[in-house]
Amino acid sequence: MVAFVVRRLLWMVVVLFAISVLVFLIFFATPGVDPARQMAGRNPSAETIKSIKHEFGLDRSLPVRYGLMMKHMFISRDLISYGSHTRVIPEIVHAAPVTLSLVFGAAVIWIVFSILTGVAAAVLRGTLFDPFLMILALIGISIPVFWLGEVVNLVTQSRFHDTFLFSWVPPLGYTALTEDPFMWFKQLFFPWLTLSILYIGFYARVLRANLIETESEDYVRTARAKGLSERRVLVRHTLRTSMITFVSLFGLDFAVLVGGGALLTEVVFGLPGVGLLTYNSLTSLDLPVIMTTVVYAAFFITLASALVDLVYAWLDPRVRLA
Amino acid sequence: MAVFEPEAEGIVLDAEETGGDIVGRSPWALAGRRLVRNKLALAALALFLLIVAVSFAAPLYANHIADTNPFESNISGTVTIDGKTVDVLQQGGGKLGLGETPIGPTWRSQYFLGADNQGRDVAARVLYGGRASLEIGIGSAVFASVVSLIFALVAGFFGGWTDAIISRLMDLIWAFPLYLLAISLATVLLTSPNGLTISFIHVSADSLWIPLVIIGFVYIPYIYRPIRGQVLSLREKEFVEAGIAQGASNLRLIFGEVLPNVASTVIVLMPLMIATTILTESALSYLSIGVQPPKASWGTIIQDGQELLYTRPWVAIAPGIMIVLTVLALNILGDGLRDALDPRSKVRVKG
Amino acid sequence: MAEPLLEVKDLKVSFRTEDGIVRAVDGISFTVAEGEVVGIVGESGSGKSVTMMSVMRLITDPNAIYEGEIIYKGRNLMGVSQDAMREVRGEEIAMIFQDPMTSLNPVYTIGWQIEEQLNEHNELKKGQARRRATELLAQVGIPKPEQRIDDYPHQFSGGMRQRAMIALALSCNPDLLIADEPTTALDVTIQAQILELIKNLKRDFGSAVVLITHDLGVVADIADRILVMYAGRIVEEGDKEQVFYDPQHPYTWGLLGSIARLDRPRTRRLTAIAGQPPSLINRPRGCSFRPRCPQAFDRCSVEDPALTSKVGGGHLDACHLSVEDKRARRDATINPELAESA
Repeated sequence: MVAFVVRRLLWMVVVLFAISVLVFLIFFATPGVDPARQMAGRNPSAETIKSIKHEFGLDRSLPVRYGLMMKHMFISRDLISYGSHTRVIPEIVHAAPVTLSLVFGAAVIWIVFSILTGVAAAVLRGTLFDPFLMILALIGISIPVFWLGEVVNLVTQSRFHDTFLFSWVPPLGYTALTEDPFMWFKQLFFPWLTLSILYIGFYARVLRANLIETESEDYVRTARAKGLSERRVLVRHTLRTSMITFVSLFGLDFAVLVGGGALLTEVVFGLPGVGLLTYNSLTSLDLPVIMTTVVYAAFFITLASALVDLVYAWLDPRVRLA
Repeated sequence: MAVFEPEAEGIVLDAEETGGDIVGRSPWALAGRRLVRNKLALAALALFLLIVAVSFAAPLYANHIADTNPFESNISGTVTIDGKTVDVLQQGGGKLGLGETPIGPTWRSQYFLGADNQGRDVAARVLYGGRASLEIGIGSAVFASVVSLIFALVAGFFGGWTDAIISRLMDLIWAFPLYLLAISLATVLLTSPNGLTISFIHVSADSLWIPLVIIGFVYIPYIYRPIRGQVLSLREKEFVEAGIAQGASNLRLIFGEVLPNVASTVIVLMPLMIATTILTESALSYLSIGVQPPKASWGTIIQDGQELLYTRPWVAIAPGIMIVLTVLALNILGDGLRDALDPRSKVRVKG
Repeated sequence: MAEPLLEVKDLKVSFRTEDGIVRAVDGISFTVAEGEVVGIVGESGSGKSVTMMSVMRLITDPNAIYEGEIIYKGRNLMGVSQDAMREVRGEEIAMIFQDPMTSLNPVYTIGWQIEEQLNEHNELKKGQARRRATELLAQVGIPKPEQRIDDYPHQFSGGMRQRAMIALALSCNPDLLIADEPTTALDVTIQAQILELIKNLKRDFGSAVVLITHDLGVVADIADRILVMYAGRIVEEGDKEQVFYDPQHPYTWGLLGSIARLDRPRTRRLTAIAGQPPSLINRPRGCSFRPRCPQAFDRCSVEDPALTSKVGGGHLDACHLSVEDKRARRDATINPELAESA
């Protein structure tokens, strides 16, 4: 157990290092890319570019620059953004609760509805409900999330805003939970729904496929032969085993979203979360912020994959004693 | 005489005794039959082909029906509707009524869906956009498949250090959050307005090759892994008795035995892959780091439509509907293909 | 004669498939008396498993079509409600399956799975189920049951797993135990142990047993009566001595001929019967065994033989040959070497 944790921690460090180096190289070693020119604004003179380079230490060698950045990020924790000239870490700390609020809410919705849909479709197999639900799920995964957000905004902010259905929808933005819980909820409600539709579709399909596959397993037959009720067979035997895959997939998806993967939703709904921060930094070549957000995201993903392994072992005893 | 194949448990007959009499059908024929019976999948295929045909007929529409060049600004243009001449961009839009609003859908051959901020015919643009989105979607899926296949065959077949190095590389790309990698690469490769020059290859800034290669690249590990797994298991089966492999016969084995089996996996994955790449391209284009102007794709048009969302929503809605229909059709087709090639028959009669 | 425990009357089970209607069970009738051991022997596709799965109504395929009656303790099980059937399963009729590794849920301990069955059918106080489960494990011969009860199925060896399955099946004292190829997935030495166990438990619990197998050797010791099935029908039926010492159907001869004997270095295969089982969708005219029967004559391709008693004493068979013909040809089929050397 201890060996497992130590091994995963080491692997996490390796991965974080590799990814940070890769990002660094992408942004600084690709020919034709020059952040100094980017920062210098329109029609920069050679002088301006040179002074910017010097100011940000961009004229030093690659390994040195990398080393300096890492030092500022982790040790002295005073990494400064190229764009806003403020510290990076507080920016992320500020953005994190927004993303967490968005992702947690969406996750709750999508878990509940995908389980309901997946189970319903599997149990009602043979009736019209099954293909009906699955078509809905397919539509869910076929809609680009940013477009869906736009349509939702169109309906709730503009076209039907004056009806009783949507008049309560506030303008786009984010209010902290601690400041005004009702506003927090109202502003996040439609972002939650929009983000979760894609995942409901995907997970409902996965769960249904798993349930049907598990249904034909011998031990389900034994469970029935024992005279158990259909409900018990479904929940304790079929669903229990199917959830193993569900949980593993969920862990990884959740981590990606927490790390900034919900950026399209954040952009469309004007939520200043980590995703939006990441996107802005990437397009303005603001390297310190880029590096920090990338490390932040990669951290969650590697952490999640380690946690998923643990949960998997907890759910499936065959894996444990290997 | 049709034969009921007994369950494999407890094999009771000699191989020679069952040989000649079984009238088998090749797996492809069986799959084809099953696919044809699946009406929904066929309908989806038809829909997809229709969308492809319509998109590639974009020039026909633009020139003959709408009589417009959808890539040219037409800010001061006019259009004749029901005998009246109307300005394409009309006064009185925006928050304070001081801006300009393009005309809405005319539901006629010119400006069928209205105009965008630049006075361009939205319907024509959506068709051209479809061309770009489909070219990139299909192209990147093919690109990713081919590259992954090559690497997977090499790694799975030759094993050892080759496999170790390639697989570790793939793991690294896979570990990189997909959206980050795509956005990073796109940002970096699109910064120069003069295009991209890598040694002797020069590509203009709005070339579709840039997003195509980027999107194809980020999905390589997702195809590589399952194919490599399959190559490994095939290798165990066929070649473990072959002993030490010799140059020429290796190639024949790869092409003759492994490739056909692996190819079917890729074919089944293809519609799903294209669906994914189309969605990814539209996201990147929406964020302005996919297809670059003057070219257009469904994603860029949605971005164009964002400012006009509350006044002229069709600019943003139309391309989105096209994406949903295309991706939905591909998903249904992908499901149908998978069911056809890998049936779990409902009848499992045990002897 | 006392009421039989189980009486199957003209049972027919068919499945709708994309190739046509598969007649898996084509009109079979038999009885099982209390405490009796009946062996059902046949190759894959003969319908033996489908028959007993139908008795427990465990077939979930929506394409299944049933005809006939299954009378258990005076009730027709084909007509009872799902709830009533659930009470029968596990408590009155229990079943063990071929592969104990896949037949036990891998994520729960053996103890949990046995207790689940106990709690379903009984009102037990806290701890009672666990004690009973431990007892059962001991009864089936699992050493250190107090510890093993908390182990998972993959921690048991093949033979132990099957014992655990038997413990599970017998936990509620069923009157009928159905064993579907209980030894097929096990080593030969373990097979004997399991069969011995079933024999002893039958005695201790007093339950009737239906033992399904493709191997006549398996039923040689423990069966009272034997049914030989082919292509969805019973082709021979009799008590053990009758079937082993005076078999009346050429198919049975083939099965017997495949039993390994010490004086012949033979492997366990139906080498005596050429060909393959017939299509259950398009039954050929006449006797369904004819294409593979070395004794076939013209009547066999025209008339479907009925299962009747020609020899008497409760011994039935479905073959057109006269009893004398059969006995004459039989020896040549089963012991060709001895016939040749004679």
